[in-house]
Amino acid sequence: MQITINGEDQQLDDARLTIAQLLQVKDVESPDMVSVQLNGEIVDRSRYDATEISDNDHVEFLYFMGGGTFA
Amino acid sequence: MLKVKENVIRAIISHAEKELPYEACGYLAAEAGLVGHHYEMTNTDKAADHFSMDPQEQFAAVKDIRNRGLTLCGVYHSHPETPARPSIEDIRLAYDPDLSYVIISLAGKEPIVKSFLIKGGEVSPEALEILKEEGI
Repeated sequence: MQITINGEDQQLDDARLTIAQLLQVKDVESPDMVSVQLNGEIVDRSRYDATEISDNDHVEFLYFMGGGTFA
Repeated sequence: MLKVKENVIRAIISHAEKELPYEACGYLAAEAGLVGHHYEMTNTDKAADHFSMDPQEQFAAVKDIRNRGLTLCGVYHSHPETPARPSIEDIRLAYDPDLSYVIISLAGKEPIVKSFLIKGGEVSPEALEILKEEGI
């Protein structure tokens, strides 16, 4: 499967992958804290296991950014 | 070491002051190892003691950084009333080990800006070199 990840064309051995599996394949640490955009649409985190990626899809992922002065 | 143009330091301090009483947050982007761009982001928490970036804005900023041939190298946020050092919450939520974490403190008479590296919960101060325009 040929997809674009964060702007880079990539060839994956897998013919079918969910977003959750893709994050695992790409060794993304703390996947629960990653926001994913699939073809320009943000995917709800609860749908990572169910959302499949197709050939020629454009996937973007980045880490949640937050912090605070309390604690 | 994080090398930053002086005008960017002035801009992120100005952003921090503009957002008072809330925390301000944003991204820093570099070209050839020199931070020359900042991206002001919305603090969706609208809180004086916490910030969260809007993922939609994050994606837009990251794509713009990429399209301009820049490198995302840091995230900044302000501490309106506390020192320029990462809180436990800052450390807990620092998921990206590849970024510099810049904090602007407005707690004193003058703003203080410091940079840190946070990897696996371990914090280390990062030297911050501010370059004036004529020195670039």
